[in-house]
Amino acid sequence: MEIDPFIFRLSIFILSIFIGYYVVWSVTPSLHTPLMSVTNAISSVIIVGAIIAALAGSSESIFSSSSIFGFIAIILASINIFGGFLVTQRMLQMYKKKKDKKK
Amino acid sequence: MITANLSAIFYLISGILFILALRGLSSPDTSRQGNYFGIAGMVIAIAVTFLSIGNFSISLAYVIIFLVIGGAVGAFIAFRIPMTAMPELVAGFHSLVGLAAVFVAISAFLNPEAFSLGIIGNIKLASLIEMSIGAAVGAITFSGSIIAFLKLRGIMSGAPITFRGQHILNLTLGIGIFILIFFLCKTQSASIFWTVILISFLVGVLLIIPIGGADMPVVISMLNSYSGWAAAGIGFTLENTALIITGALVGSSGAILSYIMCKAMNRSFVSVILGGFGADTSSDETKAKKDQKPVKSGNAEDAAFLMKNASSVIIVPGYGMAVAQAQHALREMVDKLKKNDIKVTYAIHPVAGRMPGHMNVLLAEANVPYDEVFELEDINNDFANSDVAFVIGANDVTNPVAKTDPKSPIFGMPVLDVEKCKSVLFVKRSLSPGYAGIDNELFYKDNTLMLFADAKKMTEEIVKNLD
Repeated sequence: MEIDPFIFRLSIFILSIFIGYYVVWSVTPSLHTPLMSVTNAISSVIIVGAIIAALAGSSESIFSSSSIFGFIAIILASINIFGGFLVTQRMLQMYKKKKDKKK
Repeated sequence: MITANLSAIFYLISGILFILALRGLSSPDTSRQGNYFGIAGMVIAIAVTFLSIGNFSISLAYVIIFLVIGGAVGAFIAFRIPMTAMPELVAGFHSLVGLAAVFVAISAFLNPEAFSLGIIGNIKLASLIEMSIGAAVGAITFSGSIIAFLKLRGIMSGAPITFRGQHILNLTLGIGIFILIFFLCKTQSASIFWTVILISFLVGVLLIIPIGGADMPVVISMLNSYSGWAAAGIGFTLENTALIITGALVGSSGAILSYIMCKAMNRSFVSVILGGFGADTSSDETKAKKDQKPVKSGNAEDAAFLMKNASSVIIVPGYGMAVAQAQHALREMVDKLKKNDIKVTYAIHPVAGRMPGHMNVLLAEANVPYDEVFELEDINNDFANSDVAFVIGANDVTNPVAKTDPKSPIFGMPVLDVEKCKSVLFVKRSLSPGYAGIDNELFYKDNTLMLFADAKKMTEEIVKNLD
């Protein structure tokens, strides 16, 4: 009997939870705020769904009821993508070691 | 147009890049590289989506326009936001992910053919369950994050809002969502789908309003986790590996952070969710005690004198420092102390601030090198060997009651052993209790000198007196 593709996706999902578990525990506590902002940014990969929805409209009706929701979701997700990655970058730039040349 | 198999492989690659992005955060040195991995993963995911649809009609132009609009708004926010406002920003961003998940689920429901999930009125059963769960969790994330945002911004009071039957109502609504999803699968009725989303919005609000300001670090982490599960739910619907991997990563990340925060407050996750903590600010008994106990208070001159004659100083920053924007003045003070060959370190409690790691970012912003900043367990033994502890804007996390009084609501919470220092300087505006609503015994210790002032003003005064 063939295995339902859903089971494969479920396997990926569960293995990823384990990867997430071990990777996140290794994050140093001083970087927990950047961790939150970067997870925020990457979860906006949901934009792929929004793009599919937005492009589904035919050329006569670009804005059908379902594609409008897609377009709005694109705006929301892209605010998050740019905002999330850039603010993370800004924070990480600030973390500096003790300067030796000072003395 | 690329084949489905090829695009699936690219989605896998972008999922792996996201894992590497989080992996990079294990140390500040590798973190910047990690962020680039994350960006690369996102670019790949978006590019592959365009290529796999291959629909280069006029709608593509609109997609790009909307992407640029959103991107510009996001970039503007990212550059303008002050670091003290990070908790609000993150809460706000969570709400956007939640709402995006809801909207994607709605458009999948309205136009299932575009996602090859069946046709209207006959959507595949599994997809229907996945999209309604994704939509429900997304809706809860959205409205919950909005409430968290309003509380953190101070637009809404941080005090918990509780009413009778609250938990029963939440439970009923939660069960109601599942029952409705069950009927949705049977009837495929659009009105049930909309009802599920509406109820979920309501649940999000009801879940967060009873949780008080002190528990905000847990709330933010929890909503972080929810936004991940919502993304994963949508990932299952769209059969998209990148989204499933990311959802799982973000979901477990948020869950771990919530766990760390709960542990740092010695609270169970359930009690945080049920809320109401910090509702009754100091009972009459403690108020009466406060009046009797003598407090030593001093001024900037005394503080400067004490620190000048010390050989080691530990700084304990808290949310008050963030509110007063005192981090730059603090850094100036520390520079002067270092010139006098005084050893200065920083001690950070895991729940100092309004989100995990908040104090570290603020100190980093003020150019404090991260190898001078220590976590609770790494520095707690040093207090006994140090001359001065400078507590600025922290309160409950220094309260010795947590170790001595089993009746105290914060008993058992790991605290910084500030009182073991030879002398303690406590910068605070008044003797009012902190968020936990309890009196801090540290105020009345013989070796404590209270500095009643705004954190920033006091620090600036001390800087002047150090010359």
